Amino acid sequence: MGKKRSTFLFSVLCFGMAFLYVPMIFLMIYSFNYSKIVAVWGGWSLRWYAELFRSQEVWDALLLSLKIALMNATFATLLGTLAGLALVRFGRFKGRTLFTGMITAPLVMPEVITGLSLLLLFITLGDLIGWPGERGITTITIAHITFSMAYVAVIIQSRLAGMAQDLEEAAMDLGSKPFRVLVDITLPLLAPGMVSGWLLSFTLSLDDLVIASFVSGPGANTLPMLIYSRVRLGLKPDINALATIIIVVVALGVIAAGYLMLRQQKQRERDMQMAATDTVKMTA
Amino acid sequence: MNGPVSGSSGGPVETQDLRSLLSAQLDQLLHRAQSGWRSIVVFVPYIWLFVFFLAPFIIVLKISLAESLIASPPFSPLFEWTEEGVLTFQLIFDNYSYLWEDDLYVKTYLNSIKISSISTILCLILGYPIAYAIVRSTPTTKNILLMMIILPFWTSFLLRVYAWMGLLADQGAVNSFLMWLGITDEPIRMMYSEFAVYVGIVYTYVPFMILPLYANMEKLDITLHEAAADLGARPVTTFLTITLPMTSPGILAGSLLVFIPATGEFVIPDLLGGGNVLMIGRVLYNEFNSNHDWPVAAAVAIVLLFVLVIPMMIYQHVQSRESEG
Repeated sequence: MGKKRSTFLFSVLCFGMAFLYVPMIFLMIYSFNYSKIVAVWGGWSLRWYAELFRSQEVWDALLLSLKIALMNATFATLLGTLAGLALVRFGRFKGRTLFTGMITAPLVMPEVITGLSLLLLFITLGDLIGWPGERGITTITIAHITFSMAYVAVIIQSRLAGMAQDLEEAAMDLGSKPFRVLVDITLPLLAPGMVSGWLLSFTLSLDDLVIASFVSGPGANTLPMLIYSRVRLGLKPDINALATIIIVVVALGVIAAGYLMLRQQKQRERDMQMAATDTVKMTA
Repeated sequence: MNGPVSGSSGGPVETQDLRSLLSAQLDQLLHRAQSGWRSIVVFVPYIWLFVFFLAPFIIVLKISLAESLIASPPFSPLFEWTEEGVLTFQLIFDNYSYLWEDDLYVKTYLNSIKISSISTILCLILGYPIAYAIVRSTPTTKNILLMMIILPFWTSFLLRVYAWMGLLADQGAVNSFLMWLGITDEPIRMMYSEFAVYVGIVYTYVPFMILPLYANMEKLDITLHEAAADLGARPVTTFLTITLPMTSPGILAGSLLVFIPATGEFVIPDLLGGGNVLMIGRVLYNEFNSNHDWPVAAAVAIVLLFVLVIPMMIYQHVQSRESEG
């Protein structure tokens, strides 16, 4: 019976992983297809990679997307960390319910609603105070910060919630000023959460199509906007090449980050074990 | 030796007074500084979210109650100063009655809910055993599997949808495979159908189902309960009476994380469903970008928000309970 169950689980796992990865593998294989018609195999070739690198449009879009992603990640991490701190460490404060609502809602809000509402805000503000005069990199960045900071806040919140307050309290008891406690103790403990928040914000921004399409103006095409405008009418071999590059870069990054985190975790466990044995020796 | 700053032990009376006075003032100062930076910590993200998240909804609501005009901006003002200097405002519910009277919108809302509900169930059927299998594997395998589930998250959503355009095309990999197997002689038309939309939604959203389920099962130490139940009960009974109820918070969180965004999905119905599949996200996008009917688009958004507000509130409730313990 137990055997039957584990066979079942194993096959579901295999099916699930195949489901997740086979489409991406096919996409990558077809990027090396010589044929102009994506679905028809015409032999191996790097033709579409060469075409991709020659396209100024692609480079411009990539540069714009990277600029937005960098600014977004940095500001979203700052704001999200503050929000996470406020939610976990400050107990009840005035307007907390609204605050919590505004933090969690962007996580599930359909993108079309967020995009439309932000565009209408920018237009209204433009009419009222003359800012933003034209939409583009600034408006896209602001829109991205707004939903990315919610993700960062959730990451920081879960990290803080799992973290004992002992260290902070001890430092306070010993006479540290609250600001020093924040800088010397809370922030270093939060650093890994802030790093994952930064990375997540960076990729969320690079990935966003719908919200950017709403709040962008003429001339400002991000990479997803460019990809979308090309593929909406059918398969494009150079987009397969671009997709392959993106998937490989991301996969290497995620694997490297996962490996580093795993090693750090093992190191920490070893340290704790050593500390424990030392304590035992001392008391013995 | 003198006492601590708070001054409870001996020493000359005057110094003691001076010290306690000083320390009291210092305390007050510190307190003020502390509440100062505390309020900055709350204030900055609060203001940001208020201006860029809440205020926009108020504007959308306002515009949804305005009249379409062929002008810039293409809607009538809500508040107007009459010549006598009286502030008047008019609410026009035309856009909402238009949505109600036009069959297309009602059908599209219902169809979106149908598609996202079925997709949520499919994600659950696929995701549940996967999450369960991950929880039960050895620590090293577990880390690798989790990484494999998270990896697609970090790659482009748009490109993952695009990948299915290649697979489901008439001459695509799936049809070639079916024809090679001899199941069909002619390619089956799969692109631009509801089937393609289901595949796309399940494919892109199943990690959102697996991860909350995994987190929930991991905390519960499910294997132990099952081992105990294995002593007497049949597996099906064990599953229905113990495993399933225990994992219900994970099921709820995962289902909401799939259902809510899938209902308003734009990219998947647009690329895989085309004009054949009615989904409200696509209608909203086109209403705004092609028809330039802002008040109707705003009304579509407000109604969609009303449809989703209850699931969103449940999600927030689940989240806050989760973070509290």
